Amino acid sequence: MSATAETVQDRKAALKGLGTSRKRVEDARFTQGKGNYVDDIKLPDMLFGDFVRSQHAHARVISIDTSAAMALPGVVAVLTAADLEPLNLHWMPTLAGDKQMVLADGKVLFQGQEVAFVIAEDRYIAADAVDLVQVKYEELPVLVDPFKAELPDAPILREDIADAKEGAHGARRHPNHIFTWEQGDKPGTEAILSEAPVVAEEMVYYHRTHPCPMETCGSVASMDKVNGKLTLWGTFQAPHVVRTVASLLSGIAEHNIRVVSPDIGGGFGNKVGVYPGYVCSIVASIVTGKPVKWVEDRMENLSSTAFARDYWMNGKIAATEDGKILGLWCHTTADHGAFDACADPTKYPAGFMNICTGSYDIPTAYLAVDGIYTNKAPGGVAYRCSFRVTEAAYFIERMIEVLAIKLNMDAAELRAKNFIRKEQFPYQSALGWEYDSGDYHTAWNKALEAVGYKELREEQAKQVEEFKAGNTRKLMGIGLCHFTEIVGAGPVKNCDILGMGMFDSCEIRIHPTGSALARLGTISQGQGHATTFAQILATEIGISADDITIEEGDTDTAPYGLGTYGSRSTPVAGAATAMAGRKIRAKAQMIAAYLLEVHDNDIEWEVDRFVVKGAPERFKTMKEIAFASYTQAIPGVEPGLEAVSYYDPPNMTYPFGAYICVMDIDVDTGVSDVRKFYALDDCGTRINPMIIEGQVHGGLTEALAIAMGQEIAYDELGNIKTGTLMDFFIPTSWETPNYQTDFTETPSPHHPIGAKGVGESPNVGGVPAFSNAINDAFRAFGLTHTHMPHDHWRVWKTANKLGLHG
Amino acid sequence: MITGNFEYHQPSSVPEALALLSDLGDEARVIAGGHSLIPTMKLRLAMPEHLIDLQGIKELKNIDVSNGEVRIGAMTTQAELIGSDELFQAAPIIRETALQIADPQVRYMGTIGGNVANGDPGNDMPAVMQCLDATFLLQGPDGERSVAAREFYEAAYFTARDELEILTEIRFSACEGGYSYGKQKRKIGDYATAAAAVLLTKGADGSCTAASIALTNLADTPLYCADASSHLQSNGVSEDSIASAVASAMEQIEPVDDNRGPAEFKKHAAAIILTSTIRQAWARA
Ligand SMILES: Cc1cc2nc3c(=O)[nH]c(=O)nc-3n(C[C@H](O)[C@H](O)[C@H](O)COP(=O)(O)OP(=O)(O)OC[C@H]3O[C@@H](n4cnc5c(N)ncnc54)[C@H](O)[C@@H]3O)c2cc1C
Repeated sequence: MSATAETVQDRKAALKGLGTSRKRVEDARFTQGKGNYVDDIKLPDMLFGDFVRSQHAHARVISIDTSAAMALPGVVAVLTAADLEPLNLHWMPTLAGDKQMVLADGKVLFQGQEVAFVIAEDRYIAADAVDLVQVKYEELPVLVDPFKAELPDAPILREDIADAKEGAHGARRHPNHIFTWEQGDKPGTEAILSEAPVVAEEMVYYHRTHPCPMETCGSVASMDKVNGKLTLWGTFQAPHVVRTVASLLSGIAEHNIRVVSPDIGGGFGNKVGVYPGYVCSIVASIVTGKPVKWVEDRMENLSSTAFARDYWMNGKIAATEDGKILGLWCHTTADHGAFDACADPTKYPAGFMNICTGSYDIPTAYLAVDGIYTNKAPGGVAYRCSFRVTEAAYFIERMIEVLAIKLNMDAAELRAKNFIRKEQFPYQSALGWEYDSGDYHTAWNKALEAVGYKELREEQAKQVEEFKAGNTRKLMGIGLCHFTEIVGAGPVKNCDILGMGMFDSCEIRIHPTGSALARLGTISQGQGHATTFAQILATEIGISADDITIEEGDTDTAPYGLGTYGSRSTPVAGAATAMAGRKIRAKAQMIAAYLLEVHDNDIEWEVDRFVVKGAPERFKTMKEIAFASYTQAIPGVEPGLEAVSYYDPPNMTYPFGAYICVMDIDVDTGVSDVRKFYALDDCGTRINPMIIEGQVHGGLTEALAIAMGQEIAYDELGNIKTGTLMDFFIPTSWETPNYQTDFTETPSPHHPIGAKGVGESPNVGGVPAFSNAINDAFRAFGLTHTHMPHDHWRVWKTANKLGLHG
Repeated sequence: MITGNFEYHQPSSVPEALALLSDLGDEARVIAGGHSLIPTMKLRLAMPEHLIDLQGIKELKNIDVSNGEVRIGAMTTQAELIGSDELFQAAPIIRETALQIADPQVRYMGTIGGNVANGDPGNDMPAVMQCLDATFLLQGPDGERSVAAREFYEAAYFTARDELEILTEIRFSACEGGYSYGKQKRKIGDYATAAAAVLLTKGADGSCTAASIALTNLADTPLYCADASSHLQSNGVSEDSIASAVASAMEQIEPVDDNRGPAEFKKHAAAIILTSTIRQAWARA
C-alpha cells in the first residue's frame, strides 16, 4: 500500500495544481498600482512622438508644411511619408495580406489616419507641435456604406491597388472589393432552400465596435547605435511575431531585435496587429539615436486602432415543418475600412466565420463573405473572441430565433431538436470543421432547469396579457443562447500568421533546490497566465505552483510563440506546458530509478514523487530528484533538469455553453434591466474555477456593453460620432448585473489535459443572449428581428414601430 | 488630449481674483473643479492662456442655512452638497440631484458654482436652481449684483454673467413639501437624455399650494415651465392635471438629435420622465 489516502490528498492540495481556485499571483502588484506598463518605461534622453491625424475621411493630401512645428523649441523632427519612403517604410504589410499606409502617402482614407509624426523632447511640446503642422487637403467623396461600394459613382478608395484583379485572398471584382471567401456547398444549399417546407430569412447586422482596452496602445523603441541592437517595448499580444515583422521591415537581423511586452492592460484583440505608431517610434529612434516613446490617447485608440465586427450577415435557414433544420445559407458583407488589417490566420480572410452552423447538426450549408473597403478605420480584429466566432455565434443564434418565430415554436425546443448529439462527436460540420467533443443536451437541460424556463415563459405570457390590458408598460424578454466556439488556433498545417505556424511553446528549468521557472510564447493581458500555467505545471511535475515562476513577453528569453488571442493560450501554450512538464518527468524518472537503485519501470509517479512499486516507503520527491540532477554524476543522463516543448495542436478545441438572460424592458423609455443572467460554460478541464468565473464575469460585461450600446458609429461624411467614453459605452458597476455561473465538464480528447479555453466564451455567448432577450420581449407583438446595439432610443424605436405607444 | 499652454494663478480672495480677471482680459478663465473646463481644454476646444484657480478662496466654500434662507458658496463641491444634512433638511432636492451627477470622483472635484456658471444645457443643477427660484450673486469690477436663475441662461454656454464677473454665491429659500429630480441617462457618468426637477406643496385640504417645474437638456438652456407649474397650482394634482401640465411643458422643449437618440424619442422620454417625477414629488408632498 502506498501512503495513506489522506496524505496523498494533502500533498495534492499543497501543489495548488489543476482545479484549485488559487488566488491570482499578478494581483498583488496590480491592486497596488505597481504594474509596469509601457507608459511606465522611462529611459534617459527619451523623446516623445505624437501624430498629426486627418480630420477628413477621404481627401487628397496637397501639401504638408512642417516649418512652424520645427521652429518650436524642443521639437526634434517631423516625419512624413516622404521621409519614410527611402526606407520603404511609408507603407507596411498588414496581417491580412494587405498593406497599410504608415503615414499618409498622397491621400487619407479615414478620419484619424496618421499623417505626420512629430518627435519632441516631451509629450507636451509634441502635442503643441502637432497643432502647428499645416496640412492642405482636397476633400474627396466619402464612402461609408459598404453596400454602395460597387455602385458606378462610388469613389475609388485604394488607388494603389485599383487595377489589381487579384488580392491576397483571390479575385477582386471591383477596386473597393477586397475578397470573396466561400465555404460549403452552394448548389446543394440552394436546392434545399428552394424545396424546403419552411425557409426563414433575415439580415443580421453585428455593428462595428471596438475592444477599447483600459490601456491604450503604445511603444518605446530604443536603437543602440553602438551595438546595433534595437529594443522595442510595446503593447503586443504577439511579441515574437512583432520581432519577425520588425526584422523583415527594417532589415535589422532578428537576433539584434529584442521585443518586450511588459504588463499589458487588456488587449481583447486590439493589440494583435502592427500599428503605424510602432513603426514610427522605431524609425524615430533610428533617426535620432535616442529612445522614442509613443502612447496613444483614448480618442486615438477608439478612432484609429483596430475596430471589431461590422458584419452584415444575410441568412436563410431551411427546415421541416416540425423544426428539423435542413440547410443554412449566409452571405456576409464585411466592412473592413480603409485597409484590410484583420488579424486572422492567413488562409481565413473571414476568420472562422464558417463555425456559423453553431451547435446544430445542419447537414448542408453555404457561406460567402465579401470584404469591402470603406472610409473608416482599419481593423476587424477578434474582440474577445476567436476569429469572427462571435459574429458567427450571433448570426446562428439569431437565425434560430427567427426560425422559431416562423415555425411558431418554442426556441429552446427548436434548439434541443437540432443539437449535435453527444454520440456524434467527433462531429464533421457542413462547413468543414471537426468538433472535438461536446454534450449539448445535458448542458441545455441543466440551464433550462436552473432558471425555471417553463415558469418564466408562463410569467412572460401573463405579462403580455397585462400589457395588452393596459396594466403595465413593461415587457419581459427571455434571451436564449447555446453557443459553440472554435478556439486554440491552430494546427500548423492550416493555421499561420504571416507564414508563422500557429504552434506555441514552453521552456522549463527546474532549479537545484526544487523550484522552477517556465517561459512561454504567449503573453497575458489580464488572463492570469502566471497563476494558471503554474497550476498546469504543478500537477505535471509535482512542484507547488507557488514555487514556479511563469515568464512571458521578452523575446530574448521566451521561446518563440504566436502570442495570446483567440483563446489560444491554454489550448496551445497550455498544452506545450503540460508536454514540457512530461519531458521533465520522464528524465526525473530515470534519475529517481538510479537513486532508488531500481529499474525505470519499477517506479511510478504519485503526485509529487516517484515511488517504488509495492514499496511505498521508498520514494524520491521531485525536489530531491532536482537536487540530484545538479549534484550527482548519473551515468547516461545529462546533468540538469530542463525541457522545452513546441506544441502543434492536432485540432482546434470547441468550448460551448448555455446562457439565459431575463430582461425587463420599459417600452416607453427604452430602458432595460437584466433581472437574471445564467451562464453555464463547458471549457473542458477546469484549471482554476475562480479565474474561470472572473473571465466569465468580465466577458459577459463586455457582451452587455456590445449588445446594449457600445458602437463605433460614423456619420455620412465619415466623421466618427462615438470617439470618447462619453458616447462609447463601457459599463460601470452600476450597469453590470449579477451573473449566476455554472458548468459542465467535457474534456477535449486531443488536448494533453483536456482543457479548451474560456476567456472569450462569455463574449461569444453573451451578446446573443442579451440581444435575444430584447428581441424576444417583442415577439408577441410581431417583431422578428431588430439590430443591436439595443440602447434606449433604439428599443424605444422598435416599440414605436410596433405601435406600442398608442 | 493635452491642453494648450497656460499660466496658472491662485488668488486667495475674491478681489484678488477679480483684479487678475480684469488685468488678464479675454485670455483668462476662472477654474473651479475643472471637470467641465479641463475636458474642453484637453480637446483644445478651449485654450485659455491664463487659469485663475478659485480653490484658494476660502470664503467661497460654505453652506449656510439661517432664517429660512439657504446660501451656498460657489466653490462648494457636489460631494459637500450631498454630505450636508443641514442642506438636506432645507432643500432635499439638491442631494437627490447631486447624487445623479456623474460619479463620486467627479463629485469630489466639481463645484456647484462651476455647474451653474458653465452654461452647458446638460448640467443638472441649473434646472434645479430655476425650480428653487434661486438667485446667483455675481461680483465684478463694478461691485456686486444678483441675477435670478430663471433669467440667467441665454443660450448654450451663454449666460447673463459678464466675463469679468465671478459667481460667488447661490441663494434660495428653504423649501417645504414634495420634491423630486428624475433623470434618464445611458449610464453612470452620462448627461441627461431628459431630466426634470419638480417641487410641489400640498395644502391641508389636499390642494396644491405651490408648484415649480424645470427641465434639463431638452433645449439649449434649462427650462423653467411657468405654465405647467401654475396649471398644477390652480388645478391641483390629479392624473388629468399632470397630463395637461406635461403637455404644456412639452411645448417648450426643443431637444436635438444626438447619440442619446433622435428628438422624437427625447420628446417621448421627457414626457414620461416629467410625469413620473411629478408623481413622485406629489407622493412625497
Ligand atoms: C465624466 C463626467 C460626467 C459628468 N456628468 C455630469 C452630469 O451628469 N451632470 C452635470 O451636471 N454635470 C456633469 N459633469 C460636469 C461636472 O458636474 C462639472 O464638475 C461641473 O459641470 C462644473 O463644475 P466645476 O467646478 O468642475 O467647473 P469648471 O470645470 O472648473 O468650470 C466650468 C466653467 O464654469 C466657469 N466657472 C467655474 N466656476 C465659476 C465661478 N465661480 N464664477 C464664474 N465662472 C465659473 C469656468 O470658467 C468654466 O467656464 C460631468 C463631468 C464629467 C467629467
